[in-house]
Amino acid sequence: MTDQAIAPAHNETLDIGQSIEYLKQRFPEAVKDDTRQGYSGIVVARDQLVEVAQAIRDDLGFDYLSSATGVDYLGVEDSMEMVYHSYRTTGGPALVFKAQTERENARIPSLIDVWPGADFQEREAFDLYGIRFPGHPNLKRILLWDGFNGHPMRKDWHEAYYESDLKPFDSRWPKGYARRAEELNMFGKNVAYPDDLDLSKLNDTTEASLYSGMGLGVDVSNLSGPGELRTDRLVVNLGPHHPSTHGVFRMVVTLNGETIDSLEPVMGYLHRNHEKIGERNTWNMNMPYTDRLDYISSMGNNHGYALAVEKLMALGARYTPPTYRAEVIRVLMVELTRIVNHMWAIGFLLNDLGAFFTPALYAIAEREKILDFFEATAGSRLMCNYMRFGGVYKDIPERIHSTAVLLNDKVRDFNTLEYLTELISERLPRAVDELDRFLTDSEIIRARTIGVGILPREMAIGYSAAGPLLRASGVPYDVRRADPYSIYPELDFDVAVRYNGDIYDRYLIRIDEMRESLRILRQILPRLERTKGESFFAGNKAVYAPRVPLGEAYGRVENPKGELGYYTVSQGDPKGPQNPWRYHVRAPSFINLTPLGQMAKGSKVADVVAILGSIDIVLGETDR
Amino acid sequence: MYGQGILKGLGVTFKHFFATYVEDIRHVGGKLSSNDKFARRQGVDAMGLYTVQYPEEKIATPERFRFLPFLIVNDDDHPTAPGEIWCTSCGICPKVCPPQCIWILRSEDPVTKRPVPKPQSFFIDMDICMNCGYCMEFCPFDAIKMDHDYEQASSDRTQNHIFNMEKLSKPFAYWRQIAPTTAWEEAVERGGWEHIDVVKEKKKAGQPVAQPGAKWDDPYVPPIVEKPEEPAPAAEAAPAGEAIADAPAPAAAEAVSDADAERAARKAKREAALAKKHAREQDGGEG
Repeated sequence: MTDQAIAPAHNETLDIGQSIEYLKQRFPEAVKDDTRQGYSGIVVARDQLVEVAQAIRDDLGFDYLSSATGVDYLGVEDSMEMVYHSYRTTGGPALVFKAQTERENARIPSLIDVWPGADFQEREAFDLYGIRFPGHPNLKRILLWDGFNGHPMRKDWHEAYYESDLKPFDSRWPKGYARRAEELNMFGKNVAYPDDLDLSKLNDTTEASLYSGMGLGVDVSNLSGPGELRTDRLVVNLGPHHPSTHGVFRMVVTLNGETIDSLEPVMGYLHRNHEKIGERNTWNMNMPYTDRLDYISSMGNNHGYALAVEKLMALGARYTPPTYRAEVIRVLMVELTRIVNHMWAIGFLLNDLGAFFTPALYAIAEREKILDFFEATAGSRLMCNYMRFGGVYKDIPERIHSTAVLLNDKVRDFNTLEYLTELISERLPRAVDELDRFLTDSEIIRARTIGVGILPREMAIGYSAAGPLLRASGVPYDVRRADPYSIYPELDFDVAVRYNGDIYDRYLIRIDEMRESLRILRQILPRLERTKGESFFAGNKAVYAPRVPLGEAYGRVENPKGELGYYTVSQGDPKGPQNPWRYHVRAPSFINLTPLGQMAKGSKVADVVAILGSIDIVLGETDR
Repeated sequence: MYGQGILKGLGVTFKHFFATYVEDIRHVGGKLSSNDKFARRQGVDAMGLYTVQYPEEKIATPERFRFLPFLIVNDDDHPTAPGEIWCTSCGICPKVCPPQCIWILRSEDPVTKRPVPKPQSFFIDMDICMNCGYCMEFCPFDAIKMDHDYEQASSDRTQNHIFNMEKLSKPFAYWRQIAPTTAWEEAVERGGWEHIDVVKEKKKAGQPVAQPGAKWDDPYVPPIVEKPEEPAPAAEAAPAGEAIADAPAPAAAEAVSDADAERAARKAKREAALAKKHAREQDGGEG
């Protein structure tokens, strides 16, 4: 019977259960079910991980490695593990597989040869967990500096002057004596250097690994080749403070003449260990922190986190899914956010191309109208903190309304639904058309972008590119359709896709996506009217410290910048812990940078700026 | 023709350039001064530039806008307890606060050392606060609210940025002013304009409670105090009593839909449970 199940020639169509059966048949020694409470997927023996991964990719067709992340189970199992989520680009749920290692001298073979997209994610796991990946060609720290002492995501690592492992802190109530945290954490004393670190040599050693292999110090006289210029390589640091990097981001570029030989992204200048903070927080507290990831599209970040925790809550006995009205409001917010983000992205891509701020301001002016609505509904323009587990913070207000006080006196008063209707059916479509007319045919833009920064289809999939970057390379992969969530299945829209994979297509696809978002929003408006007065929250809204049943969950949404995933683990306290054991963000801005070096190779310095602009990163999310 | 695309694009720039002046001409003179024009210019039909000339012009922020918390105290003209703080130091806000910027020192009875449900001191570090609004959202007593005053620059961050109770306290009238709809909704849920404990006590004792009207913009009813002996305050109390009669409770009950009633009932139940839990916690704290 099982032979029948694994026999078909088209293994690519096996569902998850059958795929796991197939793997167990093929690797009886190495593959085991993950039987822990609330967990799913398989545990793969370390020594056969690469073979199993190859089978998962080639035989079973899971060609897209969405997320790879470490987890430290100190005190639970005293081991560490890597968790991989692989998907098919044709759609469907994830095949989750894990590899475990001891905590001391942790080693797990690198999957970079199977999925090159594992590159940055494995480097991150090495940086934050200290897991070594034999086979990785460039295993060094990525978010922290080379002199950093220890691996901060390990459960036994504490920063200097840390107060407590978990929030809420006891010192706040009932005997709360305020003091400034800064006074405890005086500048200069919060860094512990490793014992073997010689500070006087820091400048020589820390960057050496970065610059090695860049062809510096070449003896020019030995360069041969008839008719070829004998040139040394020139290393240019673009950034960290550079207007084109939209924040603090650095690209170390080796130039041969004006052509780029290699490009190495250097990041982490904005790193604040978002995930460690997240593991200290209670489940609820993380919501406003997610706003600060991709701060252009905070509603989308909220949505992803709410989905992940709701998935975890669904493992328990008492769980009420969000109400229909809540889902409608969520989709309304998220699609408006997509327009906000794409307006911004296009505006600043044009900035990078040299059209300084005219297109950007035209785009941002339209964005303001959406932010006004966010402000009236959620209370803030950027840091919305609007979604909750089971619904949203508050219903959409009757009126966008303000009263004059001494502080500020210019009053506005609009009917919210009329405002939204006019915005969605008149103003935004007009704005998108205008942007299209303004930019799409411009000869300068076409000359600068067509055929530049090409990312071929296979490479885009292999490098785990997501969002517009992936879809502009001819892969019609959109989480809203591939692995549907919320009320997207009942909405009528198309997945925008373009095929050339250059900057121009990445620009066009954002215009397409804004039009598709408007199409969704036009379907949302009647649903909003129909569900008026219904409950926008399921469950008890007064629960300020929800307990979440044991288990793991990976919640992902199609954020404007690409697939945003949250891997959350609930462990420890058997009653259901108040704080997440593991909280990982699969950040599209971070992983989309993996193919940047490949895309930039062979182009000019000015093109790199445009290529980076077309990926559309936000450093709050890249560096976390 | 080569260059056509650029010309087309320049057409858009040209249009934007003139749209601002068209607006100006259409509303000669009134554009900056009149509030109607201002609202129109900031609405969805705005054309051209709609920049706000800050700080000469300041847009009034919408009700739900949140910037730094403040504590509600009774109005200064409150008949019995002017300036009394609504906070009961139950400890929920320091527990939900994501960056942990709230410190509360609970009062003690000086003799018995039993905890008293009032804060002795209350601190919020404004440098740490992330304006998420959780304290306001989860406060069962409507005692902490988010402010609209976003101009908080100061010249010394080391001395001025931990706000104490005095600096945090603002009268209830201020909250009603910046967020009239929300304040009314909350009063409806509490069953009266005053603090929920006061409302409950008065209802238990059969005293009249200052009720919110059926609509959010119905006039505010100040706290009613029964003083049967003296003639002068009785005359004062009479119009207040009429105000209640004007907005009879059955009408209000009709106005709210079944769902609202259900929600109110749930909320009442929840608050009762929370108050009970709060009492239990305090008893536990004592032992």
